[in-house]
Amino acid sequence: MRTREAWALAVAAVVLVVVLPVLNLLPPSSPLHVSNFTLNLFGKFLTYAILALGLDLLWGYTGVLSLGHGVFFGLGAYAMGMHLMLEIGTQSVYQNALPDFMVWNQVTTLPLFWIPFQSAAFTLVAIVAVPALVGLVFGFLAFRSRIRGVYFSIITQAFALSAWLVFNRNEMNLGGTNGLADFKTIFGFRLSQVSTQRTLYVVTALTLVGAYLLCRWITRSRAGRVLVAIRDSETRVLFSGYAPANYKLFVFVVSAALAGIAGALYVPQVGIITPARMGVLPSIEMVVWVAAGGRGTLLGAIAGAFGVNWMQSWLTTSYPDLWLFFLGALFMGVVLFFPDGVVGAVARASARLRGVGARPSPLLAFGHGGPTAQDPQTPA
Amino acid sequence: MSLRLLLVFVAWLAGVPASHAQSPEALAALAGLAVDDGDTREAAVTVLGTARDPKWLEVLGALRDGKLYARTQGRATEIVVGGAKTTTGDQELIEIVRAYDRTPLGTVPLASLTEIAADRRLRIAIKPFLDADETRGQLASPDSETRRGAALKLGLQGAAAAEPVVEAALAKETNGAVRHALQEALALIRLAHGDAAVRVLAAQALGNLHSFDAVPALRTLAADTAVSPAERDAATAAIRQIERWSLMIRVLETTFQGASLASILLLMSVGLAIVFGLMGVINMAHGELMALGAYSTFVVQNVFRAQWPAYLDAYFVVALPVSFAVAAAVGVALERGVIRRLYGRPLETLLLTWGASLIIQQALRLWFGAANVDVSSPRWLSGGFTLMTGLTLPFNRIFIIGLAAVSVAGMYWLLFRTNRGLTIRAVTQNRAMSACLGVRAGVVDAVTFGLGAGLAGLAGCALTQVGNVGPSLGQNYIVDSFMVVVTGGVGKLAGTILAAGGIGALNKGIEPALGAVFAKVAILVAVMIFLQRRPAGLFTMRGRNADA
Repeated sequence: MRTREAWALAVAAVVLVVVLPVLNLLPPSSPLHVSNFTLNLFGKFLTYAILALGLDLLWGYTGVLSLGHGVFFGLGAYAMGMHLMLEIGTQSVYQNALPDFMVWNQVTTLPLFWIPFQSAAFTLVAIVAVPALVGLVFGFLAFRSRIRGVYFSIITQAFALSAWLVFNRNEMNLGGTNGLADFKTIFGFRLSQVSTQRTLYVVTALTLVGAYLLCRWITRSRAGRVLVAIRDSETRVLFSGYAPANYKLFVFVVSAALAGIAGALYVPQVGIITPARMGVLPSIEMVVWVAAGGRGTLLGAIAGAFGVNWMQSWLTTSYPDLWLFFLGALFMGVVLFFPDGVVGAVARASARLRGVGARPSPLLAFGHGGPTAQDPQTPA
Repeated sequence: MSLRLLLVFVAWLAGVPASHAQSPEALAALAGLAVDDGDTREAAVTVLGTARDPKWLEVLGALRDGKLYARTQGRATEIVVGGAKTTTGDQELIEIVRAYDRTPLGTVPLASLTEIAADRRLRIAIKPFLDADETRGQLASPDSETRRGAALKLGLQGAAAAEPVVEAALAKETNGAVRHALQEALALIRLAHGDAAVRVLAAQALGNLHSFDAVPALRTLAADTAVSPAERDAATAAIRQIERWSLMIRVLETTFQGASLASILLLMSVGLAIVFGLMGVINMAHGELMALGAYSTFVVQNVFRAQWPAYLDAYFVVALPVSFAVAAAVGVALERGVIRRLYGRPLETLLLTWGASLIIQQALRLWFGAANVDVSSPRWLSGGFTLMTGLTLPFNRIFIIGLAAVSVAGMYWLLFRTNRGLTIRAVTQNRAMSACLGVRAGVVDAVTFGLGAGLAGLAGCALTQVGNVGPSLGQNYIVDSFMVVVTGGVGKLAGTILAAGGIGALNKGIEPALGAVFAKVAILVAVMIFLQRRPAGLFTMRGRNADA
């Protein structure tokens, strides 16, 4: 069973990392050809999947629901975007070494915090370090004072709102509402070239595989078991002599860093980053990816990020009015009927087919007992 | 002279024909209007305008409006003012009166007259005379606001000629606010035109009147080295007096704005807090329930406009209960339909209600359109109460503060003086025990949720009077009201009130210094720091159920 699962995963990884880019290399006339557009779209979904992994680690395993992960995604994306902006140099519209929006806003010298982003090495470090540091400070303050459950979710949502408001301001020198865009090259390679985009895709896919392995390692370690224990009863973990706050802080920082990496990979493939990607709505949408795919399983997070976004790119082009209805229904439906997501539902269905007594999900809302009988006073 | 002018003026306002005394220049000027030469015509306008005779001003008005005609009878050319036009067969007829004595001349064919067209240049020449006249006319208006506006305008223009008019108006005026404006205007005119002694007095008067409009003129005077030290000192003293006053006004104004914001937050968060305390449910759709209340108000207004336009001002009285009922109904449906299946799992409910909020929001957008809809204020809520010079408290904001106070008082009464309140408090403290003792917890939940939702609907109804009504209305307030709930602590009304007041005041207090955006950020930081000290909010639940 274990090995069969591992094999399936390995095949999926090979398809994503090797097969799709190779199919992209085929001539467009070939029936197996994967278009540049599709590959680019998949690249975007893969970055979302990286973020979803981190979020799942935090929510699905540790039971800490963050409604502010868009901020960490945005921090990584802006770090990468700033470097790409500086790489444009004098090829910009105003042919000034400063980014266009600064010329437009009559900023004459490069702001101090932009200067280190001229270095590619610094940028690569910042992509991980900036979100991780912000996560560390925020998480430290929140977990130390034992803000948990809904309280934590609300605080993170306010955090997302504040960050969105701040990044929208022109005086932050981050491009305001329009964000950062019009990138030309990445580390010297032209972004408009198909080969660059293909390479970016492969790098993203490899990063996803790496992130998956990291999360798998964390969840299978002893610490991973403590995380699940915190989710199920934090008070008992505390009384058993562990410090749940430290574990939660660790997971929060890891997931923030993963979100930052996702953001940094998103920017060169999509070509723009604006504050709209880090506000309240995108942040909570990220949660529904995990919920729909199946929280508490790493595969579910990846599947959810893929599935929901695929659906979104189809619905928003074909039936733009329906997308929010669908999203709302997805939130409600998943919570009520598929609390363990697609992956959980499939697992249960296959167990029933094989005649094994299907264990009802402890997360299911309707009937089946489960923790519904629990005193609602206890903040979960 | 001034008295006569005023008498003439009043007489003219009363519609009595003006005096028949003619001056030869005026008659010559009148004839000059018909001459086909720009300079002559402009000179004629100036002569007529400077005469300040209401009759000539009326002629100028007619000229501007294209109602002045020249009629050639034999060799003489007569200027006439055209009146009502009629059509008989294919001929257009027009009633005319002679321009200089208003003698009716009967109805003549339009074709027999030559229109004296006022070109751009002429209209520009006419405008200042008519404007000045209009302002003076407004001084005698029966509407006190119009009189006040005219006085302010005359003060700002500071024309020496207006002094006697203002004095005369001041002698008759009984309305306090208008008197104040007239005194201010008089002092401003004197400051601009009087001699040294008059100026000192005028400056002192302006200081005592707390005239904000006078500050630039006083500053110029204070910096003017050509005038006497006494004048400069008086100006400086007056500026200081005005600035002290304006500081006090600003403080009061900020306090009032803070109270008004706090009231909206309070209306929003009381419902949220009670539901959270009772069921552990964070209702993310609370903002959309508020939007539903606002849109109900809009619909009620439209129904009144279509069905009973005469009673349009009363729509708001009907809208209040309707918006409460609509939001409460949707709230109860939400609670009975889905939320009750998720008790004890706050994170799931949070996602569920967020999904519901997206659906409601999109439904509102599809039904009413994505643009903001227009909700007009009833007349009895527009305008304001002038507390003191420079500080007017708008009625709509006072109303919101009152509504919040009444709602919270009602909530207190309900929770602590009725049996239903007793059961709500019992279930909040210990659900299982209450159920064992025969309290029907499900009913309590539904009632409480409906109540909280209804309060959100009321908040939405009140909000139509101060803000825009659009599909994403709820989103603007929801995060703030969550902050209030988190800061206030679970299920305690006192905490919610205190937190709403604190956050509202802090927000408005910081805003002038940091701007709206950074004020919001500062609030978040403040709440984070506050929670470091008191993780469970201002007021915590005590007892065995509190999960430490």
